[in-house]
Amino acid sequence: MASNETRPAALTVSDLTVMYGEKPVLWDVDLQMPAGVLMAVVGPNGAGKTTLIKAILGLVPTVAGQIRIDGRPYAEQRQRVGYVPQRGSVDWDFPTRVLDVVMMGCYGRLGWLRRPGKSEQAAALRALEQVGMADYAHRQIGRLSGGQQQRVFLARALMQEADIYLMDEPFQGVDAPTERAIVGLFRELRTRGKCVLVVHHDLQTVPEYFDWVTLLNVRSFACGPVAENFNESILRQTFGGHTAWIGDESLPGRVPTTVTVPAVG
Amino acid sequence: MVDGWLDYTLRTVALGAALLGGMSGALGAFVFLRRQSMAGDAIAHATLPGVVLAFLLTGQREPYLLLGGAALAGGAGVLLWIAITRWSRVKQDSALGIVLSTFLGGGVLLLNLVQNRPGAYQAGLNHFLFGQAATLLSRDVVLLAAGALGVSVLLLLFWKEFQLLSFDRAFGASLGWPMQRLDIGFTLLVVAAIVLGLQSVGVVLMSALLVAPAAAARQWVDGLGAMVLLAAVLGAVAGVSGTLLSALWTGLATGPLIVLCASTLVLFSLLLAPRRGLVWRQLDRLAAQARLR
Amino acid sequence: MGASLEIQLIAVTAAVACALVGVFLVLRRMALMADAISHTVLLGIVLSFFVVQDLHSPWLLLGAALMGVATVGLVEALQRSGLVAEDAAIALVFPALFSLAVLLIGLYARNVHLDADVVLMGELALAPFERVLVFGLDLPQSLVVLAGVLLLNLLCIGLFYKELKLSTFDPVLAATLGIAPALLHYGLMALVAVTAVGAFDSVGAVLVVALIVTPPAAAHLLTDDLQRMLLLSAGIGAGSALSGYWLARWLDTNIAGSMALMAGVWFCVIWAAAPERGLVALLRRRARQRWQVAERVLALHLRSAEEEGSTNLVDRLPERLRWEPKFAHQVLRRAEANGLVQHQAGGLVLTERGRQQADYSSSRITGSS
Repeated sequence: MASNETRPAALTVSDLTVMYGEKPVLWDVDLQMPAGVLMAVVGPNGAGKTTLIKAILGLVPTVAGQIRIDGRPYAEQRQRVGYVPQRGSVDWDFPTRVLDVVMMGCYGRLGWLRRPGKSEQAAALRALEQVGMADYAHRQIGRLSGGQQQRVFLARALMQEADIYLMDEPFQGVDAPTERAIVGLFRELRTRGKCVLVVHHDLQTVPEYFDWVTLLNVRSFACGPVAENFNESILRQTFGGHTAWIGDESLPGRVPTTVTVPAVG
Repeated sequence: MVDGWLDYTLRTVALGAALLGGMSGALGAFVFLRRQSMAGDAIAHATLPGVVLAFLLTGQREPYLLLGGAALAGGAGVLLWIAITRWSRVKQDSALGIVLSTFLGGGVLLLNLVQNRPGAYQAGLNHFLFGQAATLLSRDVVLLAAGALGVSVLLLLFWKEFQLLSFDRAFGASLGWPMQRLDIGFTLLVVAAIVLGLQSVGVVLMSALLVAPAAAARQWVDGLGAMVLLAAVLGAVAGVSGTLLSALWTGLATGPLIVLCASTLVLFSLLLAPRRGLVWRQLDRLAAQARLR
Repeated sequence: MGASLEIQLIAVTAAVACALVGVFLVLRRMALMADAISHTVLLGIVLSFFVVQDLHSPWLLLGAALMGVATVGLVEALQRSGLVAEDAAIALVFPALFSLAVLLIGLYARNVHLDADVVLMGELALAPFERVLVFGLDLPQSLVVLAGVLLLNLLCIGLFYKELKLSTFDPVLAATLGIAPALLHYGLMALVAVTAVGAFDSVGAVLVVALIVTPPAAAHLLTDDLQRMLLLSAGIGAGSALSGYWLARWLDTNIAGSMALMAGVWFCVIWAAAPERGLVALLRRRARQRWQVAERVLALHLRSAEEEGSTNLVDRLPERLRWEPKFAHQVLRRAEANGLVQHQAGGLVLTERGRQQADYSSSRITGSS
């Protein structure tokens, strides 16, 4: 497990505060993520996990706080961040092919008026290969399964050739092969020194899939290596003591599998 | 029929209708995909006070001037619509209804004022509502051609931006594109196209010319480029066939005929387009049931 | 009764009838269905005219109402097919039916006084000329028709108030409780169609949209309570009708157009000035919140600095909070004026009150700690 604290942080979020009207959605959130780390962001519903990603990307207005990438302001470093939105955020009946969606990943690099060419197309095909979707390049996106749609989104993020990837629930509603493919992709990104921040729902798989974890419930309750920060007491704090413990008592380091928490308000 | 083809006026009108259908078909593909189909209707209605005010203030019937007034009023309507949805709890559909009816009411009020004056603008409401394709002159066709060319160039130049805007706005914003400005820019382009179409098909039917070709095209193809092209072609086909039908059955209004042609294309596509068409789907279902038995 | 008074009565009756059904339409996000229905009733009228050959037959009203319901059914069938989205379904159906109506008039009914112009815009000023005798009273026909429509609306809303309310706010729950949402839905649509037909004769179809959508939307800016919303909506509708009438009289122009315009004007006035949801209130609340939040954030930062043992964070505040230096100074001044912070030995520290507020707000942020 990568838990080398001396490495410089690739992504630093400090004192991030986001309000929705008078209601705080994120309050004073700090987060550091070194390069080569896979980090899960977990927390109950309404904890502000999606908002965290959107605030880092500058998609929602922030009241206070700072986002830095390798110590430099986010706005200058935008090109180094890749984004995988929730799968449900787009209309999958949109008339477009898989390859076209993946190609969107390079639009930020291209800038105004330039169109993607041969080299971009080749890169898009490579990205599709990485997620095991090369055979589907010319298929209409509406005729993909949920897991395949998710992999198309991942390929689009790979196409961004970013150093930091922000992913909103990539495991939501995907089949087992896709889940394995995504985990394999994470590990490959890690060996290439990239870092990945993932909003994640399944507490049970956190120790298996991720190196670092951020426990978030409007505030961040912990942020660091899984071994030190993913335990019952911090989970209890984060989830507000309403955690239902289901599972084999004899398992070491048991974690809650289902969590019911009232919406934070 | 042969005489009709040789008729200079008919050729002018048909060419104008084809250009208008092609332009609004191509733009309409994006309008349709962005789920703003009813916005076209509201914008078209909202242009009336602009037309009348332009006439009231200048006392001239210069078409370009009236079109300018229409464009200003349409743009104002769009901005009011966006403002109401952003800064109040009123939902998009109600906001559209409010903008549409308020502007149209204002337009009717002004038009009545004008018509009560001696020697005034008598073309009247009917013209505005249904257009008068038969009165298209070659200079109108030139204007429509310029409009169609402009729309094509802009769609080509900003293809990937409009694609992002329609498919995944948040992702576009995360790449650093100014999505809000693109949105307003695109909507103003739609306003321009609607204003150009007012003279031939009128307010009530302009929205149909935006939506129907796109809805028909969507059933046949799976790519955005193909859909935009096909929508343009179908729009042009509807325009020309409506014009010809009107010329053959003299006396019937061109605008409604163009809309009915476009609607027929939609009906045909919804039923028969391969794979998506309702007929094929029903056949598939029957086949599946037969296999189960 | 003078003609002026009669016209005003007709206008108010139409406005109230429209405003009442409009409330449910707006809340169900189906405002544009009113637009569609108000156009397609023309086809209903034309078709039933072909059958009965009489422009004044009450069957025309029935035919128009049926066409309104058919429009809704067609739109929903299209939408359910999954081939086009809801907005596109509306935008496809009503221009087609409307065009058909216009063409049919052109083909077969050209000599009859059935003018699309009049159907869309109405001519309220002429309404008092067509009269009927009801219980020995000599009344304008459209007043009688509209009063009937208004009574019908009041009756239906009164009888099915709780079902309508429930199925509007929670259709799933309504269905599980044995209320048939589909039946209510089509019933409501039939009511909208009847109202549109009753009103379009005098105020015109397009202006029916103004009276159906605008007053309820304005009322929704003033209240959350359904009953109050119905009352306010009716009041705003009546106000639009009366002010529209007098504006039209003053300018000597079309009454219906003026009523639609005034409805929009009243909406804008209410939108600007509504006590909680108005534009002014919203901007003021935002400005206030901005300072409050900033002060809280400041207190919280000073508190965490205190806990870390450093005494003065002020110099680093603008950078840490990404605040403009000028804004940061304003926040500091306000926080000082509110007794949250104080100067001490050249540095800035929290007061006891500031400390309490910081702890309170940090405890409120998540219920757990």
